[in-house]
Amino acid sequence: MMEFALASAIGALTAGGVYLLLRARSFDVILGLTLLSYATNLLIFSAGRLAVGKPPVLLEGVETTLANYTDPLPQALVLTAIVIAFAMTAVTIVVAMRSRADNRSDHVDAREPEADA
Amino acid sequence: MSQLPILPILVPMLAAAMILLVERRGIAWQRAVSWTAMGILLACAIALVARAHHGEVMVYLLGDWPARLGIALMVDRVNALMVLTTALLASASLLYACAGWDRRALHFHALFQLQLAGLNGAFLTGDLFNLFVFFEVLLIASYGLLLSGGRGLRMRAGMHYVVFNIVASTLFLIALGLLYGMTGTLNMADMALRIAAADAQDVALIRAASGILLVVFCAKAALLPLYLWLPETYSRAPAAVVALFTVMTKVGVYAVLRVYSLVFGEGTGELAGWAWAWLLPAGLVTLVLASLGVLAARTLRGGVAYLVIASAATLFVAFSLNTPATVGAGLYYLVHSTFVTAALFLVVDLVRRQRGASGDRLDVAAPLGSKTLLGLMFLVAAVSVAGLPPLSGFIGKITLLAAVPAAHTAWVWSIVLLTSLMALVALSRMGSQAFWRAQPVPDGEGAAPAPKRLEVAAALLLLGYGVALALAAAPVLRYTLAAGEQVLAPASYIEQVRATQPLRRAPSP
Repeated sequence: MMEFALASAIGALTAGGVYLLLRARSFDVILGLTLLSYATNLLIFSAGRLAVGKPPVLLEGVETTLANYTDPLPQALVLTAIVIAFAMTAVTIVVAMRSRADNRSDHVDAREPEADA
Repeated sequence: MSQLPILPILVPMLAAAMILLVERRGIAWQRAVSWTAMGILLACAIALVARAHHGEVMVYLLGDWPARLGIALMVDRVNALMVLTTALLASASLLYACAGWDRRALHFHALFQLQLAGLNGAFLTGDLFNLFVFFEVLLIASYGLLLSGGRGLRMRAGMHYVVFNIVASTLFLIALGLLYGMTGTLNMADMALRIAAADAQDVALIRAASGILLVVFCAKAALLPLYLWLPETYSRAPAAVVALFTVMTKVGVYAVLRVYSLVFGEGTGELAGWAWAWLLPAGLVTLVLASLGVLAARTLRGGVAYLVIASAATLFVAFSLNTPATVGAGLYYLVHSTFVTAALFLVVDLVRRQRGASGDRLDVAAPLGSKTLLGLMFLVAAVSVAGLPPLSGFIGKITLLAAVPAAHTAWVWSIVLLTSLMALVALSRMGSQAFWRAQPVPDGEGAAPAPKRLEVAAALLLLGYGVALALAAAPVLRYTLAAGEQVLAPASYIEQVRATQPLRRAPSP
């Protein structure tokens, strides 16, 4: 059940992210990138297998086998990925705002399509 | 354990931090720090090549953790060569920027050093996740270099570049998540062993993950159909920056060569070398399309940008044939094409500024100052990039063609030779339009100031590398051929990674 829920969450986030990414406005594209990065973070997290109530750090007096612990590495990877995705979102927003100010349009091609003009 | 392998990453990173500290003291301080770091980096790169030259594989354990737990850096002939190429290219690019661009672009020197740290890290790392991190470091620095001091349409090109690369990074993470889930390791050497021992039911998913990884690297290296971002971005970037960017597509090519010869190399059973069968036709088609792009280019810089794609495609053809001789010839061609396309970008930028308001558009004839000097530089670069004798392009291409296995001769020879002809036609057209049809320069106010000495020196330096590559072709080719043999025989490298033990840390159970 837990696997099904997580897989559905990853799938829904990815679908939403790809849909938004293909739209023509910078703002939608940035939101799409954010959703995609959430989906990726969940996917990496699941690479360490899902477990409930198991700590990733060693405890005193508990035998050090995988039966008692969960894999800590994916959690470290997710942390790195979150930081990088966060920084990238900031960069994209700055570039998008600058492009909008310079080109007077937040269309990704920096000009409005002919029909609107 | 020698500390040499970490220095090409640490020195530029430290320099970037120091440049930020001395920034308010003026441009002279920044230049001094930047050049000092550049000098140390060049010395390190030469020392690395000297060490790797004998075929020794150096493995450096970061934090003294064993390779399967921590991050390992590694140096063999191929990545020592890549680090040296980057350092040589970067010194020319820095020289060009010091003629004045570095005053106009905010934080130029700091970003430039960070970019170098990212490039060297991506070349030296032996860990897949670390490769992702260094890709991000070099990309973040490249966004800054590309966009600082830019306005208007450069911002639009920058937006496309940033979004495209973030999507590629997301795919990279997805592939890494899947690979870690299947193999339980991120170290390349360890992963090769685990894949060789993988269950039959897991092979399909591993193949899918490695396919996603291939898409990411091909996007960075601008292979069909993922090259559309490159011409627009490169033709709008500042010249000093784009000269350094010519090595960025090579990072993608290098990553393909490293990952698909080591992680999915010989000895990994069903998955051994599966990517090469796809890359050969993709490389050939990209070569044709890129050459058509050069022919159809409406600006000088656009044409040179398509030449960059063509050179990356040639490299894919060389590497996907997957014999020591073709990979060796490809590595020689890689060094040559990096220098010569960077030189072309610099020359074309000088030409553009001499032509005044017409810029680098090819549909108008414009007056051109300093015609003889620029014409000669363009001639040398064009002869080299088109593969005409006697320069390095000819040596690279003929070695590659001679090494092509008999089964592929018909296709590879005809396409490589045909596209060389197309590039030659396009370059002749560019040259005749820019130099022969140049109108007389009006006297007095209309004339652009003569190109600065530093800028000419930087372009000449890059052309000089090319000439030196041609003059020293025998030793360089001997080195690259040995590197080709080394990279296609991953067993000794895997052995070396496993044999390298932490020095001070007790081995963990």
